[in-house]
Amino acid sequence: MEGKKIRVLIAKPGLDGHDRGAKIVARALRDAGMEVIYTGLRQTPEQIVETAIQEDVNVIGLSILSGAHTHLFPRLMELLKENKVEDIVVIGGGVIPEEDIYELKKIGIAEVFTPGTNTRDIIKFIKEKVK
Amino acid sequence: MEIIEKIINGDRKVAAKLITLAENDFSRAQNILKELYSYTGNALVIGITGPPGAGKSTITDKLTKSLRKQGKTVGIVAIDPTSPFTGGALLGDRIRMQDLSTDQGVFIRSMGTRGNLGGLSPATQSTVRILDALGKDIIFIETVGVGQAEVEIVKVADMVVLITMPGMGDDIQIIKAGIMEIGDILVVNKADKEGCERLVTEIEMMLDFNPKSRWRPPVLKTIAIDNIGIQELLQEINNHIKYLNESGELEQRRQESVKKEIFDLIQEKWKEILSSSINNGFLNKIAARIVKREEDPYTAVKKLSNILIHSYTQGGMNK
Repeated sequence: MEGKKIRVLIAKPGLDGHDRGAKIVARALRDAGMEVIYTGLRQTPEQIVETAIQEDVNVIGLSILSGAHTHLFPRLMELLKENKVEDIVVIGGGVIPEEDIYELKKIGIAEVFTPGTNTRDIIKFIKEKVK
Repeated sequence: MEIIEKIINGDRKVAAKLITLAENDFSRAQNILKELYSYTGNALVIGITGPPGAGKSTITDKLTKSLRKQGKTVGIVAIDPTSPFTGGALLGDRIRMQDLSTDQGVFIRSMGTRGNLGGLSPATQSTVRILDALGKDIIFIETVGVGQAEVEIVKVADMVVLITMPGMGDDIQIIKAGIMEIGDILVVNKADKEGCERLVTEIEMMLDFNPKSRWRPPVLKTIAIDNIGIQELLQEINNHIKYLNESGELEQRRQESVKKEIFDLIQEKWKEILSSSINNGFLNKIAARIVKREEDPYTAVKKLSNILIHSYTQGGMNK
């Protein structure tokens, strides 16, 4: 089964403990033929970036429900830049208010998928971004 | 070669990208792996296998932390099954090894089996070599093993630690499956669960009936999540390394492993020649004749073999 596989890191940074959404997305991506590295809860941006480098992922998907997105996402983008791995596509999910999405996109988040998003849309987005 | 320089100097980004290349395009990766080879052979490769849920990742995590305290660097190849239907995989072993992700002395790579039946990823050997060249002292290969199919790990690792747990209801299965034959060290994890002593006794009895060469696998009890039994496990690993070196078995095992690798690579080469010298249309015609009983498969194969050999000697294998 040689050939390129899309590798996605699904991480839950910060302190919230609800991962049902993240797990649903992880399973959907697996069913779409991707290799999903699921790291679990309470990841720091430093842990996420180091993992992304070792696993050579194409996409990082962050799931945040605690409102900490205004601080965690910028920190992540900073670290990606420092480590010269800015080509990794970063997407976000969870409870993120509409008014913040614009700011997030400005710092380089490719897309934000709020609750109720069809996983099909996430899959389509990733497949198009990672060519 | 710049990539080689970077890897032997510890550049984990370059190493990670080479691993990806080995998985996705082995022919191209080979040209680099060729140059990297002389920088390998220093790491000790330990296979960690056993049924799902037995505690492999937790044990790998605890062993790694202990080794780090001793100043050793560690590479971990964590393999999970790829879905045969979707081609995707959920690689979740890192959940049990979260603290290790910011330790610069540890490199963890998660891989899917990608259609491979032996329990390993097809790029496992390459990945082990890359981590070896990166400078890791110990490399763990962690994979699920429940039956006789998952014995590939024996061919790639210097030693295999088999992890089981009580109460899985398949004590007899484990014995029957012969999987015990591949363990150099046997661990009963979650030793606080009911049935532990019985399982240990059954395993010891099984070992009595099937004496292995000069090394009788020790049977250890651990409660990995509480860090119990881990030091004893490390001690036995060290004992086994001593035994392997003193008896010359390490050299022997590595040679057997290389022989298998050569055969596998040659098989792949022949498959390539087959698909490039015999086109699908031709093969379809032959298949149609065989189904109609105008030809038998054995004679057809003999004829095709001659075509292959002719193709090989005329065209050559200049790759």
